[in-house]
Amino acid sequence: MAMQLSKSAQARRYGFFPGCVAKESCRELFDSTMLLADRLGIELVELTAASCCGASVLNDTNRDVARVLNARTYAQAEALGLDDVITICSTCTGHMRAANKELLEDEARMTQANAILGKFGAHYAGGVRVRHLLWLLIDDIGLDKLRSMVVRPLDGMRIAPFYGCHIIRPESVNGWESARNPHSLEDVIAALGGEPVDYAGKTRCCGFHVQLEKDGIAANMVGQNMRMAKEKGAEAVLTPCPLCHLALDGYQGDAAKRWGRTDLPTFHLPQLVALALGVDPTRLGMQKHLISPGAVLEEYRLAPMHVA
Amino acid sequence: MQFTIEVGRYNPDGIYAENAKPGAPYPPPWQQAPPRRYQTYTVELPEYAVVLDALIAIREYQDESLAVRCACRSAICGSCAMWINGHANLACKSKLTEFTKDGKTRVETPPSMPVIRDLVWDMKPFWEQHNKVKPWLVGKPLADPSQEYRADNSRMEELIQEVSCISCGCCLMDCESYAVNPEFLGPHALAKAFRYAGDPRDAETRERLGDYSKPGGVWDCTHCYECVAQCPKGVAPLEQILKLRRMAVDSGFTNNAGTRHADAFADSVKHSGRLNELTLMPRSTGLFNVVGQLKTLPSAFNMARAGKLPPLLHKSIPGVKRIKAIFERVGGRFK
Repeated sequence: MAMQLSKSAQARRYGFFPGCVAKESCRELFDSTMLLADRLGIELVELTAASCCGASVLNDTNRDVARVLNARTYAQAEALGLDDVITICSTCTGHMRAANKELLEDEARMTQANAILGKFGAHYAGGVRVRHLLWLLIDDIGLDKLRSMVVRPLDGMRIAPFYGCHIIRPESVNGWESARNPHSLEDVIAALGGEPVDYAGKTRCCGFHVQLEKDGIAANMVGQNMRMAKEKGAEAVLTPCPLCHLALDGYQGDAAKRWGRTDLPTFHLPQLVALALGVDPTRLGMQKHLISPGAVLEEYRLAPMHVA
Repeated sequence: MQFTIEVGRYNPDGIYAENAKPGAPYPPPWQQAPPRRYQTYTVELPEYAVVLDALIAIREYQDESLAVRCACRSAICGSCAMWINGHANLACKSKLTEFTKDGKTRVETPPSMPVIRDLVWDMKPFWEQHNKVKPWLVGKPLADPSQEYRADNSRMEELIQEVSCISCGCCLMDCESYAVNPEFLGPHALAKAFRYAGDPRDAETRERLGDYSKPGGVWDCTHCYECVAQCPKGVAPLEQILKLRRMAVDSGFTNNAGTRHADAFADSVKHSGRLNELTLMPRSTGLFNVVGQLKTLPSAFNMARAGKLPPLLHKSIPGVKRIKAIFERVGGRFK
């Protein structure tokens, strides 16, 4: 099935929802996604007027607002004829899909949202589906195609996948793969020539969403998960979520006191795919990571040390 | 069919409840010295068998020393909750065919709970947290004591999810926040808390919401959805925690980092359409919390050095006035 779809993917256009963090402190994620799209031959049309998805935070205090904000984004996508909306953040994926599900399953909510959108002449008909770039890679491009496009194989680099909660849980919202035993990231790592590391922390939480509410929890979660990855021989981590990236890249240092030094460099999904597909490593923004992947990239002759 | 079961066994030299330091975070299996001991059994069972069938077969016919806690065998009593392939589950509800990974099924006690023996974990921490939320109804006085209190049907329907809880502990076993923060009341206790705080017959809802807003309460949850994923009865504790957060904020319990963070976030989205990372951190910490502010400086400095600071000039999205209008029209806290 993936092979058939991959032919039509050539000229395919997608609505693109980068999310807030990819435009702010994880700018390298946005840039590497655009470079990767170019390499894959797909067109990502950024929904520039879209608002924040509300993350888990707006839901805490006012779920209705978050739902209507997302309905506005979907209405924009529909107006542009871009029903297929691609995200690059696990939290955006989960919360946008949850909002969409609520709108589609509950007529009263859809009516409420459209009543408000109608004031500015917008309308959401319910045709949008939200997917993560990771799902696009596997469903639309296909692992075989991806494998055939690799020009700089990762050469058996031992990479620990880190999914980020909201791309897999709850299954009733995401449901694209098993929440207990997901393997899409592993499949992508293997297709790029890397060796996926199986460890208990891969589906666990990075603690990002509780960091500003209580000090220390996130660092402990990061430390615990990275410790497990390290003990299974991981040399680097791959995540489809910029929030996980901020936590894993940012808090391993704080966690070292209790969990020991792990210092695992963390890659954004499109960074690593783009690297293997031959995109110039100097353009992928890896020098912005707090834990430099320079040494591991040099070891596998993927990029000179100064690049990252 | 033949099934291979790998069972985490009691190790008398391991660091268990009785010799762990009180209050110290429980060492996870990979930190325990000596490490957890696993024993492998092979059982012959029909294709439809569940994990508990295998454990009972082992105990009856192969190794009578195996300790398993179980009773009803029909996902009603909640006794047989354990870790199956690294996630919480009821052994009586998990089909072996679905839980075979790499040719075997691994069962053990959860790392965040003290062990009594083999697959029997100590539920003491579970009940301690449970008891902290005042898990009973404090009835409103009736004008005429001979009458019964009538509750609105729609209000009671909201509690149905939580009423299904069988106190098995699956949610707490896999709670990621509790595993590193034993002060956290936990998903089971907070779901129970909503069951009473959300009950129209309860007389102490306000006091409850105040208590649940304290450190260790609703704001210590990290939104990981593990409890929703693992609950065998569809209680969805995280959803109940979010309801409590909304109730607490609406009742005025806002002097906490959780509400400050939510307000700062909402404010930034309302005025620019997007998240403003630059103002979010100081506002969530509390503008007058000097110690808290100073604590965030080293990480801010590290991020700045790596060129990872958000843009100093925060740009609004096109049509931001409409975002403001949406906030105002929907109403609620951000009006």
